[in-house]
Amino acid sequence: MPRALGLAAVFANAIGPETGGSPNANDTHTLWVVVVVIALIVLIGVEGLLLYTVIRFRARKGRVPAQIHGNTRLEIGWTVAAALIVVVLTVVAFAELPGIQDPVKSGPQVSLAGAQVASINPPHVPGGRQLNIDVNGQQYVWRFTYPDGTYSYTEMVVPANQTVVLRITGQDVAHSWWIPKLGGKFDAIPGYNNYTWFKASKVGAVYRGQCAELCGRNHANMLADVRVVSPSAFRTWLATKKAQINAANRDSAAAAPLLSPLPARPGHP
Amino acid sequence: MSTTTVPTTRLKDLPRPQVVAHEVPRRRKAWIDWVTTVDHKKIGILYMVTAFVFFLVGGIEALLMRIQLGAPDNTFLTPEKYNQLFTMHGTTMIFLFVVPMMAGFGNYFVPLMIGARDMAFPRLNALSYWLFLFGAIVLYISLFFNPPEAGWTSYAPLSSAAYSPNGGIDAWIFMIHLTGLSSLLGAINFYVTIANMRAPGMGWGRLPLFVWAILTFAVLLILALPTIAAAVTMLLTDRHFGTHFFDPSQGGSPLLWQHLFWFFGHPEVYIMILPGFGIISEVLPVFSRKPIFGYKAIAAATIGIAFLSLLVWAHHMFATPLSTAVLAFFMLSSMIIAIPTGIKIFNWIATLWRGTLEFKTPLYFGVGFLAFFTLGGVSGVMLAIFPLDWQLTDTYFVVAHFHYVLVAGAVNAIFAGLYYWFPKMTGRMLSEGLGKTSFWLTFVGFNVTFLVQHSLGLEGMPRRVYEYADTGNLHALNLISTVGAFILASGVLVTVYNVLRSLRRGAVAGPDPWKANTLEWFTTSPPPANNFDVVPRVRSVEPMKDIRRTVARATGETSGRTERQVRA
Repeated sequence: MPRALGLAAVFANAIGPETGGSPNANDTHTLWVVVVVIALIVLIGVEGLLLYTVIRFRARKGRVPAQIHGNTRLEIGWTVAAALIVVVLTVVAFAELPGIQDPVKSGPQVSLAGAQVASINPPHVPGGRQLNIDVNGQQYVWRFTYPDGTYSYTEMVVPANQTVVLRITGQDVAHSWWIPKLGGKFDAIPGYNNYTWFKASKVGAVYRGQCAELCGRNHANMLADVRVVSPSAFRTWLATKKAQINAANRDSAAAAPLLSPLPARPGHP
Repeated sequence: MSTTTVPTTRLKDLPRPQVVAHEVPRRRKAWIDWVTTVDHKKIGILYMVTAFVFFLVGGIEALLMRIQLGAPDNTFLTPEKYNQLFTMHGTTMIFLFVVPMMAGFGNYFVPLMIGARDMAFPRLNALSYWLFLFGAIVLYISLFFNPPEAGWTSYAPLSSAAYSPNGGIDAWIFMIHLTGLSSLLGAINFYVTIANMRAPGMGWGRLPLFVWAILTFAVLLILALPTIAAAVTMLLTDRHFGTHFFDPSQGGSPLLWQHLFWFFGHPEVYIMILPGFGIISEVLPVFSRKPIFGYKAIAAATIGIAFLSLLVWAHHMFATPLSTAVLAFFMLSSMIIAIPTGIKIFNWIATLWRGTLEFKTPLYFGVGFLAFFTLGGVSGVMLAIFPLDWQLTDTYFVVAHFHYVLVAGAVNAIFAGLYYWFPKMTGRMLSEGLGKTSFWLTFVGFNVTFLVQHSLGLEGMPRRVYEYADTGNLHALNLISTVGAFILASGVLVTVYNVLRSLRRGAVAGPDPWKANTLEWFTTSPPPANNFDVVPRVRSVEPMKDIRRTVARATGETSGRTERQVRA
């Protein structure tokens, strides 16, 4: 039995959702393994019983079907058993929930770029040192706005070991923010702020994801990358990006009389 | 034809409302007969044939999508066409196949099973069918213009005039209204029929479980349909008449659409599957030669599931901005559904236990249903855990889950019902060999198609994407899934061939080929216009078993065939 449980855990581990980028994704994976082991026990038990029944009780000569109409004790038994499984799953889910939902503390070497005022109901980061990034879903690109107003499209750059809190919304239609290795999905719905967080620790890692809510014809092409860099590289990147944006703004201001009144909007990635 | 004698003695013997034929109408041309019919059996067949045609159409749409996804970065379909296909596929399978198919079975068999001569309102019944057909035509006529492409869920604001300017969404709205009205009228008809027209002696405790399921299906439709009707009307006025129910820039709420849609949409899931449960509850006891195990528990579980299904809608919205308390409530209510569902599965297995299982095709599909539905139920409980759902929702894991419960669940139940009742409807048996071939092809094809889709979702493939990059195992898994879809389709085609062939060449069935338990087997196959000359008094949940026993006692035969002269 312990060996079977071990096998089930190995199986659950092998097929589980993407993991490894952030503690919340890791905790989701732990929850997944526990749930899958319970689910496999139930599944194999019921399917096994069904298989045994249909083989064992095939019609044969001389066999008489037992005319049973029911059994109250059995009924109560499997009702209680099913209820117990639900209780166990609920307890497990709530035990893992804080690790998935509540942000962890930032590491010791963090960029202090995040100094934004707390919004309506954002996750609370212990110690308060967080990087807040606004995520804005638009047909068919993601825009990331940093606390100093610097923004980027498609690629989000974050410092390692920094707890990042995302405020997610949609510009036009509903989208869904999802980088599998950094945790679950959070819908980007126009008119609403949705929050999630992650803390990536591997410098140089790039985590890929894409929009997970149907948002139109090019829904499949609405990709997003999260690139993890060292805190100093992050500061450099932010400064460079800011300079680029300022230069572009100056150029467009200079050319403004020549341009149509539509706001400049970067094209498809 | 017959009239009933009216007993005048006691209150409980007062006559039941029923349809009585007064004259024998002249024979008309066959097609006029079908178009003008108000006979519940003909309407039932119209429902089933139309729904089956749309099953094939929806299947072709699925195959086109699977071809597109068979290779990474494939260009077989444009994104526009792909979005149209999955929208039409989902809409077709739900609104034009499963629900009307179940309505068809209900139409044909509810009056027969309760010993009635027709539905309570035969003309209303015909109207239901024609509204359904017109709804289907309205949706499919859009193929020649602009089919809808916002998914069967048509989430606002994507479905608003700004982002879906062409008329596809309007066709979809019109279809929802027409089929919704059709289902609503049908549901009222079922409810009135079952409440008032049962055979003498058929109390609620002797109602066949399929009829319990249709009754619950009808009540759920009555409760859920007004919400979707309101929601699509609001969408229509948003699109054309300047309202802003779902427009965030004017103070409207896109989340309102999701709440309204799923308040209908989740009961809709049970509207599709409960009649399937009912079919399984009829098929299993007949072919295990045993009474159903725990009749009361199954009937109670049906009602329990229906009640709970009205309280779980937001589990489709776990990734939207909702407070943790709301998430926790919907997780718990969703998981609690596992309890009545589990009760049903255990009762069905207990029905097979110590029986003498006669492996005819209906039992194959019945057992296939149990195997598939258990898997889909288990993955459903996993999806109900909202922290896990954040990873799994809107991926192929969800696609796999709901195809296990709906395609494998509902379709296996429908095929079980088809093989079980085809002899009653046509007077001819379906071929057992072809039936079993069809079962194994669909069983294998189904698992090959959808088992790997769990892994696709876990590897990060969202649903409703027309292409994917060649990373990880995505190509291999998608290719396996595509191959499986074609195996599944071949299994369905075998059944289509079986039906067409058996209509003419099938063995003659006789009134009761399976030695079944319920009243539809008391009359001839196919039954005459008003079903029964004489309605027997029902003394148990298995009236036909009682009748066979009475016949055996009266004639001294040990295995007496049913005689129609027998009176209770």
